[in-house]
Amino acid sequence: MSEPLNAVSPRQPVLSLRGISKNFGAVSALTDIELDVHPGEVVALVGDNGAGKSTLVKVLAGVHQPTSGMILFEGKPVTLPSPSAALDLGIATVFQDLALCENLDVVANIFLGKEMSPYQLDEVSMEVRAWKLLNELSAKIPSVREPIASLSGGQRQTVAIARSLLLDPKLIMLDEPTAALGVAQTAEVLDLIERVRDWGLGVIMISHNMEDVRAVADRIVVLRLGRNNGIFSPDGSNEELVSAITGASNNSVSRRAQRRQAQAPIAQENRP
Amino acid sequence: MIKAPQTPVAQTPMATSPLIDRRDERVRHDDSFAGSLRSFFDRVRSGDLGSLPVIVGLLIIWTVFQTLNPVFLSASNLVNMLFDCSTVGVIALGIVCVLMVGEIDLSVGSVSGFASALLGVFWVNQGWPVVAAILAAMAIGAFIGSIYAFLFNRFGMPSFVSTLSGLLAVLGLQLYFLGSTGSINLPYGSWVVSFGQIQVMPDPVSYVLAALVGIIYFVSRYRTASRRKAAGLSSGSLGSILLRAVILTVVLEAVAIYLNTSRGIPWMFGLFALLVIGMNYALTRTQWGRSMQAVGGNREAARRSGINVARIYMSAFVACSLLAATGGLLSAARLATSSQQAGTGDVNLNAIAAAVIGGTSLFGGRGSAYSALLGIIVIQSIASGLTLLDLSSSLRYMITGAVLAIAVIVDSLARRSRISHGRA
Repeated sequence: MSEPLNAVSPRQPVLSLRGISKNFGAVSALTDIELDVHPGEVVALVGDNGAGKSTLVKVLAGVHQPTSGMILFEGKPVTLPSPSAALDLGIATVFQDLALCENLDVVANIFLGKEMSPYQLDEVSMEVRAWKLLNELSAKIPSVREPIASLSGGQRQTVAIARSLLLDPKLIMLDEPTAALGVAQTAEVLDLIERVRDWGLGVIMISHNMEDVRAVADRIVVLRLGRNNGIFSPDGSNEELVSAITGASNNSVSRRAQRRQAQAPIAQENRP
Repeated sequence: MIKAPQTPVAQTPMATSPLIDRRDERVRHDDSFAGSLRSFFDRVRSGDLGSLPVIVGLLIIWTVFQTLNPVFLSASNLVNMLFDCSTVGVIALGIVCVLMVGEIDLSVGSVSGFASALLGVFWVNQGWPVVAAILAAMAIGAFIGSIYAFLFNRFGMPSFVSTLSGLLAVLGLQLYFLGSTGSINLPYGSWVVSFGQIQVMPDPVSYVLAALVGIIYFVSRYRTASRRKAAGLSSGSLGSILLRAVILTVVLEAVAIYLNTSRGIPWMFGLFALLVIGMNYALTRTQWGRSMQAVGGNREAARRSGINVARIYMSAFVACSLLAATGGLLSAARLATSSQQAGTGDVNLNAIAAAVIGGTSLFGGRGSAYSALLGIIVIQSIASGLTLLDLSSSLRYMITGAVLAIAVIVDSLARRSRISHGRA
């Protein structure tokens, strides 16, 4: 992480999925998923409820094992039998519910399970490292010795991201990072994502918020019913994106848009 | 990674502090003496009470009993109290462990009674060497805890239920082992009984130990402060550390001098204090303790950060039962007997009440080893005061119950206040 972009050639994907499928009994949650994430790239994963986004993230986090298919990490085929295996490889995950201990302070949360010198905790080095991480993220945390309960939603998201960066990952996955945040806090988290990307990390971001996705994503990967359903650039038209997500050009979103357009001229005509 | 600002020295002298943790100008930093007082009051107002309620409560209790009976605070009565509180105090220390992970052990009284029965059976009836009997009783105590942890981890059996059934089952074992005789007298001349009833620290030893506590406190604080300074973090001034260390030493020496006017400080209490200090270190300065707090605060978060949650539960239950057995052995030594009454009655609830009164939360994730020490002193003070007033045990139960209720109300209110002040 200390030498952004140079370590790995930007052209070689940090993570590639080839034909990943995952079945739960008779239900196929994922079918033949293909995905590439390059260093220094934000890939947004979008799709309707039940499209398989969370399953895919869990496969990559080592929570679920794929039924078939290949995962290539930095060009080498790997298996992810457990969450710690994913962490050791350099795949960090920030889950939607953040999973922070509210009774512990920021330093304790960042280092939870990875404390320095287990028999005589090195609080000084941990605090210095925590401040360094937070400063690198340009995060606004008033004090790292306050319990997490006293922080705002955006600050908690920052702590969760800082914690995932502790082990110098090469890929970071964020599940709905802006779901519960206000306008300003969302902007701060999006800034954070861009900063992490600029360090040369690959970023996978799941979001339902198309505005946030367009703001930071370099590519938008659409999943539908467990299958790839197109890759879009953030500048592409909203209509195309929505129809890829919902699966048809004639859907509730487009119908709503058409009604609006139809009503607008009428409203103007009625005016004298 | 992007480098942290290389020059920590302020560009604008007002805004940036050279200390890493003092750069956010939105936060008020209370470094001065008045400032630390102010932040203390802020903390208390927001519900982060720590051990303040119990100290206030203790002062009230002592004042009341002292005015009612001037013998109460006499050195000889205090020495007796220290003997008595060591036994249940060790059990309460175990309760702190299980409360820390948000569970409970209702069988500590039975386990302590069973351990004392085992001591009598192995040592007196079977003729084992006393050390072997003690170790066997402690090992069996620890094994009982591992059964609770297994039931909890494997079957998800709530500890409330498993330890409640353990309470009955272990009490049955105690009665079975003691057999028809009902009680076994421990030999009076043995060091075990003399440890529980007579042995106190010689005066010079108590003074040296009191001074040692102050010195260790100072050295550890000073080393931390200088390391923090070297790392560019804020640190307490040498003066304030020295002041605290001196106050601590003076208080401890004064207590030692006062108690030495009577028999002196019991070695048994010394053992209890050592266990408390050791447990405090384990809970606050080791990865194990951090994991205990994390599991008690948010089990799922702890699991996701790679903590072996099942092992933490196992260690908590085993530590609790082990300490309960140890407390039972101490009370057998104190009473010089292993009887069917050992560990029954109010031992169970006194131990749990002590931990809670001392400030360990019933809701998990919050507490300290010192709460066992403070809590048991409160409970023993009430018991001793009421005995001196020649009140019946009926009143003693009622008053202890009321104090426990008040302690839990304070805990619940403080928790509510912490949540509304964002400090839960």
